[in-house]
Amino acid sequence: MATTGKVSGIIANLVIVKVDGPVSQNEICYINHVGVKLMAEVIRIGSKNAYIQVFESTRGLKTGSGVEFTGHMLEATLGPGILSKNFDGLQHDLDKMDGIFLQKGDYTHPLEVDKLWSFKPLAKIGDEVEAGSWLGEVTENWIPHKIMVPFAFTGDFKVKEINAVGEYKIYDTIAVLEDKNGQEHKVSMVQRWPVKIPIRTFKEKPRPFDFLETGIRVIDSLNPIVEGGTGFIPGPFGTGKTVLQHALMKQAEADMIVVAACGERANEVVEIFAEFPKLDDPRTGRKLMERTTIIANTSNMPVAAREASVYTAMTIAEYYRSMGLKILLLADSTSRWAQALREMSNRMEELPGPDAFPMDLPAIISNFYARAGFVYLTNGKTGSVTFIGTVSPAGGNLKEPVTEATKKAARCFYSLSQNRADSKRYPAIDAVDSYSKYLEYPEFIEFVEKTVAPNWVDNILKAKNILIRGREAYEQINILGDDGVPINYHEIFWKSEIIDFVILQQDAFDKIDASTPIERQKYMMEKVLALADTHFEFENFEEVNPYFKRIINVFKQMNYSEFQSEKFKKFESELQDIVKEKAVVEVEQS
Amino acid sequence: MLKLNKAKIKRMETTAFQKIHTKIDQITKATCTLHASGIGNEEMALVNDRLAQVVKIEGDLVTLQIFSGTEGIPTNAEVVFLGHAPQLAVSDELSGRFFNAYGQPIDGGPEVDGNMVEIGGPSVNPVRRKQPSELIATGIAGIDLNNTLVTGQKIPFFADPDQPYNQVMAMVALRAKADKIILGGMGITNDDYLFFKNVFENAGAIDRIISFVNTTENPPVERLLVPDMALTAAEYFAAEKNQSVLVLLTDMTLYADALSIVSNRMDQIPSKDSMPGSLYSDLAKLYEKAVQFPEGGSITIIAVTTLSGGDITHAIPDNTGYITEGQLFLRKDTDIGKVIIDPFRSLSRLKQLVIGKKTREDHPQVMNTAIRLYADAANAKTKIENGFDLTDYDKRTMSFAKEYSEKLLAIDINIEIDTMIDTAWKLFNKYFSPAETGIKAELVEKYGKQNTENT
Repeated sequence: MATTGKVSGIIANLVIVKVDGPVSQNEICYINHVGVKLMAEVIRIGSKNAYIQVFESTRGLKTGSGVEFTGHMLEATLGPGILSKNFDGLQHDLDKMDGIFLQKGDYTHPLEVDKLWSFKPLAKIGDEVEAGSWLGEVTENWIPHKIMVPFAFTGDFKVKEINAVGEYKIYDTIAVLEDKNGQEHKVSMVQRWPVKIPIRTFKEKPRPFDFLETGIRVIDSLNPIVEGGTGFIPGPFGTGKTVLQHALMKQAEADMIVVAACGERANEVVEIFAEFPKLDDPRTGRKLMERTTIIANTSNMPVAAREASVYTAMTIAEYYRSMGLKILLLADSTSRWAQALREMSNRMEELPGPDAFPMDLPAIISNFYARAGFVYLTNGKTGSVTFIGTVSPAGGNLKEPVTEATKKAARCFYSLSQNRADSKRYPAIDAVDSYSKYLEYPEFIEFVEKTVAPNWVDNILKAKNILIRGREAYEQINILGDDGVPINYHEIFWKSEIIDFVILQQDAFDKIDASTPIERQKYMMEKVLALADTHFEFENFEEVNPYFKRIINVFKQMNYSEFQSEKFKKFESELQDIVKEKAVVEVEQS
Repeated sequence: MLKLNKAKIKRMETTAFQKIHTKIDQITKATCTLHASGIGNEEMALVNDRLAQVVKIEGDLVTLQIFSGTEGIPTNAEVVFLGHAPQLAVSDELSGRFFNAYGQPIDGGPEVDGNMVEIGGPSVNPVRRKQPSELIATGIAGIDLNNTLVTGQKIPFFADPDQPYNQVMAMVALRAKADKIILGGMGITNDDYLFFKNVFENAGAIDRIISFVNTTENPPVERLLVPDMALTAAEYFAAEKNQSVLVLLTDMTLYADALSIVSNRMDQIPSKDSMPGSLYSDLAKLYEKAVQFPEGGSITIIAVTTLSGGDITHAIPDNTGYITEGQLFLRKDTDIGKVIIDPFRSLSRLKQLVIGKKTREDHPQVMNTAIRLYADAANAKTKIENGFDLTDYDKRTMSFAKEYSEKLLAIDINIEIDTMIDTAWKLFNKYFSPAETGIKAELVEKYGKQNTENT
């Protein structure tokens, strides 16, 4: 008998329910509100009362309304058909909903129940299998979608029956497994998994090492992230967080992108809806939308579902990781998620931590980041979930609780600077303040030495050093005046400006400049560093600024030209000529 | 204190059976609590003819927030529950009318006849939204050139109280060619209210205008209804009549202040700057009503958030900035003695959807270059302040900046966008070499060369 209850109190979306039987923490229940079922989650239990957060507006809800408990936590429905879907925070298919406005209780199925999929078995009768083992596959868009032993199955099983090649619907039985006690279990292409619990059907989670190319120079060439790594992007509003996230979605080298639009602007999601079906994915030649799944809980959608949305997204990412795929998960913004936690904690009258956030916020954030990672599956294949979250620090202050807690959890820090944004130096990532812990990983260094260039990490450190020296020189110039410092201070400063303008700054709206493949990044980095090693001779400081501006201008024209094209080479030789004008020692340009 | 006329009460009593409660258990500054059953959350009620709303239900104890305050409310006040959330009658009759926060006429005209719609209704399904793509031309180069506005956008002016934000907003509204302009005035002074009324009347635009006004003379908590009233009316015209609607909300800081008053009276734990922890969601619910509907209608929101001493890290502008699609800053430029749209701190996030697409292809680069050069001029100024000599380049940027400010940034500009771009090219050619501007060579060839000072 399922537990039922009656609504006895309402405070915004926190509802108190008098229950007649056992309930569990985080159990899902439905309130019957004039014929419409409102989904809710238990967040605290008193003696006879369950406190539930309703994933909908509670306007008009009355005490005495009936509540049915489901006996399970919030679950994701996992199966073929998730790719290129647009879900709400609870994984309801937004495209299936009627009308322009979201209606309460309009809960649509996340998958296509009647669609036929061409199934191909991978396991044979008699095979020993366990949770997460691959039984078969169907082709979803272009991804070989593995049908796996449900993650909830514990222990060892034997394949008793498995379907032959053929067309099946998702709920058709495709295999029968037998457990140690001889009991049979039917398996379909769909399984459910509680979103707040990590999927752990892999064998091992080593330290990540495999370089993840993003095409964004300030990341790849200065603060690289790895497959299965974690990063976060804090920045005051107007510093380009969203443009940066969109660039990552478009360009990052991943099999699948899961986007959790968590409490952000609806128009930003609309931009993805509008553009991604048209944009090509350079890796597969197909449309970008085909590798993208969006979990949209925009800022005007119910706040409790906002909290759920990031977990739904992570669970979907982990599910695809178990198929041996590279997933990039982006959450914009984790601060909105933290605020959702704060709103509920406040309504439950918990004692507040800093800035009225719940005390366990840092623990919740680090547990979440810990779900990312590079894994070896039980069959020896690898998969990864790379997670990059944005943080919207209140008042642009990086000392606020969400930023602080995230800094402890994430390994890459991409600091967006207001000053850079104000002077339109986009992407506004401050390359010096930002860091990538992976640059210290010997596994990573070894990997990029082999795959990118033997001196790649050295070059990164060198470039950073030039930036730091440039910043110091700039401060000195500002304190002592243009003519109060030696001329070479100007030179040091302008060499750092070259790195800034040529490597760091990138025009996300220019066709060519928007994404730079690693080969090209390597080439440009070598060029810029060679220039930094060149000694120049100037009569006076007034010559320095216009001279380097000319260099930067030609460099920028190179960035706007097709790599190694006629035009590119023309600018390149123009650059050589300018360098020759003032260079003291002829330096070989590679 | 607001008293409702009897006819209005009659009309609000939608159901035949109406139980009258006369025993209030508890009264605070803003709320009263009584025993009642069968009451819906957020339901409206009348407490001795004052409008109130259910904010909390615990068992059969119902807490009502009385909008105009509880002064003089006795424990035996008559409480009548109205059986519905706050509503607005919507129809074409709204046009040209002025209402208070409850949607009641304050212009002496008759009640509006129309469908009763609950305010603060459901959100638009994000997959049904259309991407905004229609440019809103205002003639002000600080906006059109540098921070182009698009229908379906939401953007506030961040302004200090002494700046002419209401004037600029009214000017933008009138030039914007919207089918309807809906003014939501929260805590504005009576003078400002009359200013809007006069400007709209003089422009002959009164038929396109609908106003919901809560002035400083009205109780502050009533303000909380104003934006939802305005936006509900906007949704009627945009979603049902496929019109382009421009909603003006001034001043959102006073709206947020009212939120904090309520949350304080409800004993909620304040977060940053004494604001409720739900400030972000509360503001987002309003601003996200800005939308481009697939059928052609749109809601564009231009708001005002007044700052204290230009501080944008305060919770109100800070949360607003994260919600809205950019912000416009006004600043007095002492070089030219005029108010300008500050090119550094202003931003329109949706401009990328139209610039270089609906406008000339050189627009984006010209815009960015001009701003960058203007920033160089600011650095040169710092040099002067620190007593250093200026280079030739510094001097040129400063002359450029002054002319740029005068010819493009000042708010009294009213020109076409192509003229704005050409003006910028003329200034580039006058003061800089192509290498110094760093604009793509093809664009210089195609647009830059012809725009010399003499053309």
